[in-house]
Amino acid sequence: MNPKVKWSIAAVLILLLLGGLYMLEQILPANSIIFTVLQKGAIYSLIAVSLNLLNGFTGLFSLGQAGFMLIGAYTYAVLTIPPESRAAVYQYYDGGIIDFALPVPVAMILAGVAAGICAFLIGLPVLRMKGDYLAIATLGFAEIIRAIVQYDKLGPITNGSNLLRSFPVFHSTLFPFIVSGICIAVICLLINSSYGRAFKAIRDDEIAAEAMGINLFMHKEMALVTSAFFAGIGGALLAMFQMMVQARAFTSAMTYEILLIVVIGGIGSVTGSVIASFLFIASSEWWLRFLDEAQFIGGMQVPFLRPGFRMVVFSVIIMFVVLFYRKGIMGTKEFSIEGIYRFFTKGRSKAGKGAK
Amino acid sequence: MSENILHVENITMQFGGVVAVNNLTLDVGKGEIVALIGPNGAGKTTAFNVITGVYEPTNGRVDFQGQMMLQNHPTGKMAKAYKGENMGMYKHTMVKSPDAIAKLGIARTFQNIRLFSELTVLDNVLIAMHMRAKQNIFSATFRLNYKEEQRMRRAAMELLEIQNLQHLKDDIAGSLPYGIQRRLEIARALATEPKLLLLDEPAAGMNPQETQELTDFIVQIKDQYDLSIFMIEHHMDLVMQISDQIYVLDFGRLIAQGTPEEVSNDPRVIEAYLGVSEDAED
Repeated sequence: MNPKVKWSIAAVLILLLLGGLYMLEQILPANSIIFTVLQKGAIYSLIAVSLNLLNGFTGLFSLGQAGFMLIGAYTYAVLTIPPESRAAVYQYYDGGIIDFALPVPVAMILAGVAAGICAFLIGLPVLRMKGDYLAIATLGFAEIIRAIVQYDKLGPITNGSNLLRSFPVFHSTLFPFIVSGICIAVICLLINSSYGRAFKAIRDDEIAAEAMGINLFMHKEMALVTSAFFAGIGGALLAMFQMMVQARAFTSAMTYEILLIVVIGGIGSVTGSVIASFLFIASSEWWLRFLDEAQFIGGMQVPFLRPGFRMVVFSVIIMFVVLFYRKGIMGTKEFSIEGIYRFFTKGRSKAGKGAK
Repeated sequence: MSENILHVENITMQFGGVVAVNNLTLDVGKGEIVALIGPNGAGKTTAFNVITGVYEPTNGRVDFQGQMMLQNHPTGKMAKAYKGENMGMYKHTMVKSPDAIAKLGIARTFQNIRLFSELTVLDNVLIAMHMRAKQNIFSATFRLNYKEEQRMRRAAMELLEIQNLQHLKDDIAGSLPYGIQRRLEIARALATEPKLLLLDEPAAGMNPQETQELTDFIVQIKDQYDLSIFMIEHHMDLVMQISDQIYVLDFGRLIAQGTPEEVSNDPRVIEAYLGVSEDAED
C-alpha cells in the first residue's frame, strides 16, 4: 500500500479517536466509570509499552518499572506543587525546602529524565546479569527506591511517607491519550530504527549480536534508560490521574500488573500491550467489580461473591491465558492498517478465485 | 612472504584442568585462504573463540594487522594449575570484547548457525551494519539519519543479491532451509566490512554440488572484498582446492602445517585425521 495513503488513513483514525473522546466527554457525566477506564488504560498502555521495550524487544527481564514510575511521579509532584499550597502539603516538614513550581510540560520531561538517570545508575551494576538474576536485582532496586523516598530525612523534599497532593492535574481524557500516544509513537520509531534492530538482535542471540559488533552493555543501557524515561512520564501521568502520590502505592504488585499486561498482550507487540492495558483496566476496574459485591438472583444470594473474589476470578483468567494463549493476544504481531487492508483484499481475491 | 594479517603466538586455552588449545602458533597472510583442520574435539572452534574474543586465552598473544590485539598470562589460581608451555613469556594482559574485535575488522560465522532467527533476512544483514553506521540513538529514532539508513539498505540488498537471496529479504531467517541460512550467515559477516573472515565449517551439511558452489563463492568474495579468509572445514575437497596454507590440530596441538600437498602427504596427519585408505595398504 502507498505510504501516503497509509499515513493519511492513520491520521484520520487518530482524529476520529480524539474527536470521539471529545464527544463522549460532552455527552456522559464527568464521573462516569468509562473515563476512569480510558484514562488509566491510556496511562498503563504507555507504561506497558515501555516495559515491553525491555522485556519483549531487548530480551531483558526487568521488574523495576514501579520504581521508575515512582521516581517520575514524585519528580513531577515535587516540582509542580504551587508555592502557596506547599505549607499545607508539607505540614510536617515546615513547608519543605522547594519554593518554586515548574510548568507542567517541563516537569513531565524532568520526571522522565530523573527516572532515566536513576535507571542509568542502576544499570551499571545490574546489566551485567542475565535472566532471572536481572529480574530479581531490578525488583530489589525498585524496592530500595521506594524505601529511600519514604526516608524521613528526605522529608523536606519528598514529604516522607506522607502523600503529595495539590499539584496540577488533567481534567480531560484527551490529555493522557495525547501524551501516551506521542510517547508510544516515539517508542515505535525507536523500535523500527537501526537501534531497535540492534535491541532485537540482542534478544535473539547475544553471542551473535556481539560478534556483529554490537556493544551489549551500551545497548542494554540505552534500552533501560529509554524504558525508564517513558515509565517516568507514565508515573507522572499516573500521579495526575490519582491527584495524589504516595510511595506506598508503587509496590512490586504494580510491576506485576504491568508485566501481566505485557504477557497478555504479547511479549514483543506494541499494539498487543495497548489492547491488553485497556482490557486489563476495564476488567479490574469495571467489568469484574460486581464480583466484589453480594449479588441476588431471585432473592437468593449468589455464593462466593464477596470483597476479594474479583481477584480469584482474575487469577483464573490469567492462568487460562498463560496456559492456552502463551503468546498473548497478539504474539509478536502488530495490529496495523496495512494488515487489515491485506486481510480484506486477500479475502476478496480468494472470493474472486472461487467465483471463477 | 606476504604481510601477515593475523598472527597467533603460543596461544594456550585451559579450562580448569583441560587444555583445549595448547601452544598454538599460526599466521594468516594478507589475501590468503588458510584452513584449520583436525579431528572433532581438537580445539579448532576454541581457537576461533579465542581470536574473536569469546574466550580470554590463558597464555599467549594475538596480533591483528601488525598490532597487538590480545595478550594474557595465567594469574591467580590458574598460575598454579597451568599445564601449558611458555609460562612467564607474556607479562601483559590485553583483553578485548567480541564487539571491539568485530569493529577492528574480524567477522565470523558459527559452527551451529547463529542467525537472528526471529528477524527477517534483510534485518539480519542490516544489524551487522549497525556498528559502522554514522548515527546516534536520537538521529536514528527521529529519522534524521535517513540518508545513512537508505545507504545501509542499498548495501544490504547488494550483499543479498551477491548471495542470490534478494527475493527472500522479507522472510524470517529461522524459517529458511539450512543451506540458505549458511549463506545468509556469510552475507551477514560480510556486512560488518571485515578484513579477515573466519568461517567455522561453512560447508557443514552441504551436498557435493553445494560444496562446490561454496568453494567458488569463497574465492569470489575473497577477491571482491579484498579479504583474508581463515576457515575450519572438514570437506577435504574444499580445503585442498583453495587453501594456500593448512594447519592441522590434534588434541589442541599443532601437528603439521604447510601447503595442501605437504599436509596431505604428512604421515602424522594421515594417521591422526585423514586416515589410511584401505586400497593404499594393498
